[in-house]
Amino acid sequence: MVRFIMDGQPVEAPEGANLLEVALDAGIEIPHLCYNESVKPYGACRLCLVEVVRRGRSRLTAACTHPALEGVEVLTKTDKVLRARRMMIELILAMCPDDQVIQDMAKEMGVQEVRFKKGDKDCILCGLCARVCDEVVGAHAITFYSRGDRREMGAPFVSEAQNCIACGACVVVCPVNVIGMEEKGDERTIVRWKRTLKMKKCKICGNHFAPWFQLEKFKEKAKLPKDFFDTCTTCRS
Amino acid sequence: MRRIDSPQALEQFRAEILSKRDPRQSLITICGGTGCHASGCHQVVEAFKKVLQDHAKNNGISLRVTGCHGFCERGPLVVVHPQKVLYQRVKPEDASAIVQETVLKGKVIDSLLYEHPTTGEKIVSEEDVPFYKKQMRIIFGNNGSIDPTRIEDYLAVGGYQALPKALFSMKPEQIIAEVKKANLRGRGGGGFPAGVKWEQCRNAPGDIRYVICNADEGDPGAYMDRSLLEGNPHSVLEGMIIGAFAIGSHEGYVYVRNEYPLAVMNVGIAIQQAQELGLLGKNILGSGFDFEVKVSRGGGAFVCGESTALMASIEGQVGEPRAKHIHTVISGLYDRPTNLNNVETWANVPLIINKGADWYSQIGTEGSKGTKIFSLVGKVNNTGLVEVPMGITLREIVYDIGGGIPGGKKFKAVQTGGPSGGCIPESQIDLPVDFDRLTEVGSMMGSGGMIVMDESTCMVDVAKYFMNFLKDESCGKCTSCREGTKRMHEILTEITEGRGTTDHLELLEELGWTTMEASLCALGGTAPNPALSTIRYFREEYQEHILHKKCPAKVCRALLTYRILSDVCTLCGRCAKACPVEAISGKAKTKKEKGLPFKIDETKCIKCGMCFESCKFEAVQVE
Repeated sequence: MVRFIMDGQPVEAPEGANLLEVALDAGIEIPHLCYNESVKPYGACRLCLVEVVRRGRSRLTAACTHPALEGVEVLTKTDKVLRARRMMIELILAMCPDDQVIQDMAKEMGVQEVRFKKGDKDCILCGLCARVCDEVVGAHAITFYSRGDRREMGAPFVSEAQNCIACGACVVVCPVNVIGMEEKGDERTIVRWKRTLKMKKCKICGNHFAPWFQLEKFKEKAKLPKDFFDTCTTCRS
Repeated sequence: MRRIDSPQALEQFRAEILSKRDPRQSLITICGGTGCHASGCHQVVEAFKKVLQDHAKNNGISLRVTGCHGFCERGPLVVVHPQKVLYQRVKPEDASAIVQETVLKGKVIDSLLYEHPTTGEKIVSEEDVPFYKKQMRIIFGNNGSIDPTRIEDYLAVGGYQALPKALFSMKPEQIIAEVKKANLRGRGGGGFPAGVKWEQCRNAPGDIRYVICNADEGDPGAYMDRSLLEGNPHSVLEGMIIGAFAIGSHEGYVYVRNEYPLAVMNVGIAIQQAQELGLLGKNILGSGFDFEVKVSRGGGAFVCGESTALMASIEGQVGEPRAKHIHTVISGLYDRPTNLNNVETWANVPLIINKGADWYSQIGTEGSKGTKIFSLVGKVNNTGLVEVPMGITLREIVYDIGGGIPGGKKFKAVQTGGPSGGCIPESQIDLPVDFDRLTEVGSMMGSGGMIVMDESTCMVDVAKYFMNFLKDESCGKCTSCREGTKRMHEILTEITEGRGTTDHLELLEELGWTTMEASLCALGGTAPNPALSTIRYFREEYQEHILHKKCPAKVCRALLTYRILSDVCTLCGRCAKACPVEAISGKAKTKKEKGLPFKIDETKCIKCGMCFESCKFEAVQVE
């Protein structure tokens, strides 16, 4: 366990914990977009900025990528922190002016207007979709491409994501809800990655419950019996 | 090549090489660096080869293609030894005369000598050229006398003397103590004390450690590391081997960008030769110490010069930086303790070991010891690579070494530290150049880029240029850097195109502050510098653009108006012919006709400046 001070309060955290999870556990609210506890911290959105005072020196840093360290002082609500966070949300809002989630966050953080030219993106480039796909699902279907202000998230060659198993994990994890999943008849489509897969019919209830491709991958990976996915989860239990 | 298994055998080999070389014999050295390559040294080399071949009695005359001499402005450079006559801007057709006259008869060819720009005096010897006089070429100096593809040449100038000294008469801790005492600071820009870094890496827990040479130089206009790696790769390797021994590492990488083909080739040859000779690989010089070096080629992303992005790139990952709360000396390449230093830092190491920290720390200032190589470019007479002691003033670099500003124009600023460095104005020209002083004035040492600007340079345009580079080269991972540089560039564009508002300056400063404070790596952390330092020193120029919609340096096209002065105009009609959009009306005067006055239609004018360029009578005015 490491002990340190957060907003004047002594806190304890297990070794290796990051400042954001410690703060959230302690009930201290810190805005964040690119952080999700199911994947490794990435430090992209820069919303969870906090001040860390270490050996008498204070600096701004993202809480999600900063380890909890013995004896440091963490300040989450100083003027400096709030000022920098406001600029971050303004920049994100300028990039994606129509995202409802971003609009709400900006309002809450006191950003009334955007001083930059409005962009027309919807994706905030947090990378959560790709990280979940890599680290949790293991499908590696999508990735960032290009750099600088041309950076985008997408499938190889900007066409159909051929490794995508249409599990929908990315859809669930996207903080601004812009990936999209549709089910029609026996087909499921992950809209953003242009991936449509046929779904399997449950032998018992007759419902289409999951894409064939996904079930085959899972069966192979978890070494399940051949007929394991002949029935849907509901009928199996 | 035979394998050398002891320091004694190495000295014997060196003695053999030297015994075959007579310093009184004729030798022609031709600079084969990238600068001279661009000005055609390859053809000059071929011409000399042919002349020497045709010459029946060429025994005794040797030819050597060397590394960069630094005086790239005057390339291709040829030096005739033993007289050390320097010929500049040599053409292939001069080869025959140089051999006939200078080499064989000892006569100097006046027309090929360097002429002093102010006194007009012809200078014969390389050492007397003002460009070299104030330099202190302890790292770079050997470039001009060795063929980088021959390890014998490096041995002949005393190379690989520090290595046996370190391996056989010093303990790793002693080497680290010596480098710490010398206060060698990282030449890649950070300025972190190398000895401290080595010590931390040595003491980090783990059994495998790596050392890396960062040769991913990417600043526009800077090519110090390139020339060093191309021209004297063994000095860098020797530094790396000593460093690896001190740190306890057995595996190293040279990360060099693939756009540096000559550097990639020469460092590859050097590694192979050092291996064959037993200076790299297993049981180096019989000391029992093993060390291998691999070359890893970078794809040209600027951000891969950042240590964590560089390591990700070696691992085969996308070159993106990560947070460094746990330092790379603890967990770097493949999560193992890793010590990364820049090319120039490594090249300093053999010198410190050879001559000692006491000698080394005499050079330089209180906080910055030794020399620094700068790439002096821009509006200056002598462009090229210059190695100067730390603490020399900007004035000495620009005027004494650089020969001042061409065309009698006025000095305006000097930009140091690469794209994310800052612009230093004339009021600070007597500033002693070292790590701390440059930071104090809002710029930085960086890897050593130095761009001189004169009165015809618009500072807002300069800031825009660098911001454009940075927004393209940001990896795009974190919001503050990706969006911050993009928006700063957008605002700077608005100002240069006449749409600037009074709020823009405040917004730039606010955005600059946030980008600096909130970004993940040093690229974003320093990216606002071009904007912030120009606002700091040239606020009035910004205000001229914003309030009066005028560009005092007459650079920002959208803010210019072209007018034809009717009382000066001779009605020749050249401007109208040159105008690509037919914005100029009028009729030229001929023998028969009187002609009609020429006028520019501002609604049609695209401000390309063709009329201004074409007018021989200065009748076109720019405002």
